Amino acid sequence: MSPAAPGVVTFVMDGKDVSARADQTVLAVAREHNVAIPTLCALEGLSTVGACRLCLVEIAGSPKLQPACVLKATEGLNVSTRSERLDKYRKMIVELLLSERNHVCSVCVSNGHCDLQSLAQSLGIDHVRFPYLYPSFAVDASHARFTLDHNRCVLCTRCVRVCDEVEGAHTWDVMGRGIRSQVITGLKQPWGESESCTTCGKCVQVCPTGALSEKGKSVAEMRKRRDFLPYLTQMREEHA
Amino acid sequence: MSRIIEIDPVTRIEGHAKITLHLDDNEEVQDARLHITQFRGFEKFVEGRPFHEMPSLMARICGICPVSHLVASAKACDALMAVRVPETGVLLRKFMNLAQIVQSHALSFFHLSSPDLLLGLDSDPAKRNILGLAAVNPAVARDGIALRRFGQKAIELLGGRRVHPAWIVPGGVSSPLTAENRDALRASLPEAFAIAERTLEWFVPLMPRFVEEIRTLGQFPSHYMAMLDENGRWEHYAGKLAVVNPQGKIVREIESARYQDVIGEAVEDWSYLKFPYYKHLGYPDGLYRVGPLARLNAAKGFGTPKADHAFAEYRKMENGPVTSSFHQHYGRLVEILGALEEMQAILDDPRILDTRVRAEAGANASEGVGMSEAPRGTLIHHYKIDDRGLITWANLIIATGHNNLAMNKGILQAAKIYVKAGKLQEGMLNRVEAVIRSYDPCLSCSTHAAGAMPLHIQLVAPGGAVLDELRRGA
Repeated sequence: MSPAAPGVVTFVMDGKDVSARADQTVLAVAREHNVAIPTLCALEGLSTVGACRLCLVEIAGSPKLQPACVLKATEGLNVSTRSERLDKYRKMIVELLLSERNHVCSVCVSNGHCDLQSLAQSLGIDHVRFPYLYPSFAVDASHARFTLDHNRCVLCTRCVRVCDEVEGAHTWDVMGRGIRSQVITGLKQPWGESESCTTCGKCVQVCPTGALSEKGKSVAEMRKRRDFLPYLTQMREEHA
Repeated sequence: MSRIIEIDPVTRIEGHAKITLHLDDNEEVQDARLHITQFRGFEKFVEGRPFHEMPSLMARICGICPVSHLVASAKACDALMAVRVPETGVLLRKFMNLAQIVQSHALSFFHLSSPDLLLGLDSDPAKRNILGLAAVNPAVARDGIALRRFGQKAIELLGGRRVHPAWIVPGGVSSPLTAENRDALRASLPEAFAIAERTLEWFVPLMPRFVEEIRTLGQFPSHYMAMLDENGRWEHYAGKLAVVNPQGKIVREIESARYQDVIGEAVEDWSYLKFPYYKHLGYPDGLYRVGPLARLNAAKGFGTPKADHAFAEYRKMENGPVTSSFHQHYGRLVEILGALEEMQAILDDPRILDTRVRAEAGANASEGVGMSEAPRGTLIHHYKIDDRGLITWANLIIATGHNNLAMNKGILQAAKIYVKAGKLQEGMLNRVEAVIRSYDPCLSCSTHAAGAMPLHIQLVAPGGAVLDELRRGA
């Protein structure tokens, strides 16, 4: 017996009735209806982790905010994707990200092509209210083709997921806890010495900032190409 | 009792500075010091960065001459990559550097110095600026603005933006020139030529008015350093560094990578600006000058008709090297003409639209030096990298730094003449400032400072007590 097709549910998004498959997330439904919800860790073709909390939405009758990327569409749900409270939290999250590492757009390889920068611009962030931490991170340039700069990392784990889920190498992981978390290659060895890395470069392309970049790129030259990801995922599903 | 006079801040220059004049017991000026009071630290905080980021990172040193830093830094990176930049890449880099020289010289001559020249050094300080000039002589002010716009627009057409284009990169430039932009650049040249020529026409006959300034503002024999092409002509991008003695003879010619053979660097605890000196003479005797004065003393000419004519007229002023710093204003006008002619020649070169403009490579050498002529003089970027291409050490010598000893000497010379009986007079302030301004120093570049540049003179007793003070806002 084949599994039953997911049912159709109807719920309210920003005061409007919308229909969705029961296995869809609120974020997916929002995108289908051209409702903009800011995201950072979410990327089509990768699993969702709900880590960055930028896609938080309000649910009528609940004091808790829920991340739209993992919140499943359910019958009778009533969500708001924009409110003063959400705007406030989203701004605060991006400001905290900016204060946590050393993000200097003007001299970054990803200047003008950066998800974090675009987010800050779209949220109207013209200054950061929190003191900068100015951590001291060395650049890992041990890989022949790519560079890892922790100063620009936002710990979205897109690199970890694409390497594990799509490439199947699981070279990347996260070490430490909380503010001391850090992405690592292998068992925290220099990237160039990692035996599992296949040098496929998927991690570089999905990285939202200039944390992972191709060697030889000068300031503002690193443009990420991500079209391969949904295409690759779809092809694999079809040929599974 | 000896005293110190302090001028703080100094106005209409790029950056922040103060001057102290040290008087002896007879109220005679004994010493003069130009204090550069900000610290920036680029050489230190670039350590650990990938070298491919360096040109745009170093360009952030200055919003006036970002292109000069892009050029010198990219050349240092070319050396780290051990590549030969494609011909068209070189032509395009040269073109942008020339546009930078034109716009910066226009800023120095028209916006910063022409108020002194046309309104008089003793005119009302409140009106002695580009706006005061516009009220009295709108045609000159308009020309200044138009010429600067020409240079800035040329930079924008090549690099996409006027300030901090990230277009000059290690190995070449990031995108070729389009036919449309080439034509737009060509169309903008005639107006720039017209401005340069008519400015020389009104400025040269004005010179007799400044006999006193020419005689007293930074007028002394010295060594000079400048880049020259293989024929000994004016050069701003490639070529060797020439050392010229006070008699005008070239005594050394070295490859850029060997700059440390001739230049030593000293530091003093009262200024953040280093004191480079000519090693052969030691410190502090090894005073030398760079910039328009030095370039025009070192070069045989430009190799282009209009500039060569203007150059010949300029050199007629003295039998031998031109020694007064005041003549740098005149020198800038000659250089603008030469730059425009070279820009014209580059645009007429059939290779200019070639799309091969960049060489790609990783780290192939552990050390690289890049040298170019910035508007204010020779600019040197020197980097060392580890085997992964991360910067381990950086040294910069900025044009204003080369001129540090000369500026101090020029201030002392002016102060000795204009400070009488320990009295602080506005006329003296103006002249001391004018000496500095003739070098068009960029202190934000040279110390690596932030902020506007305003002048403060202090008179200080031997014990350090401030006896008198004059202060002027920006």
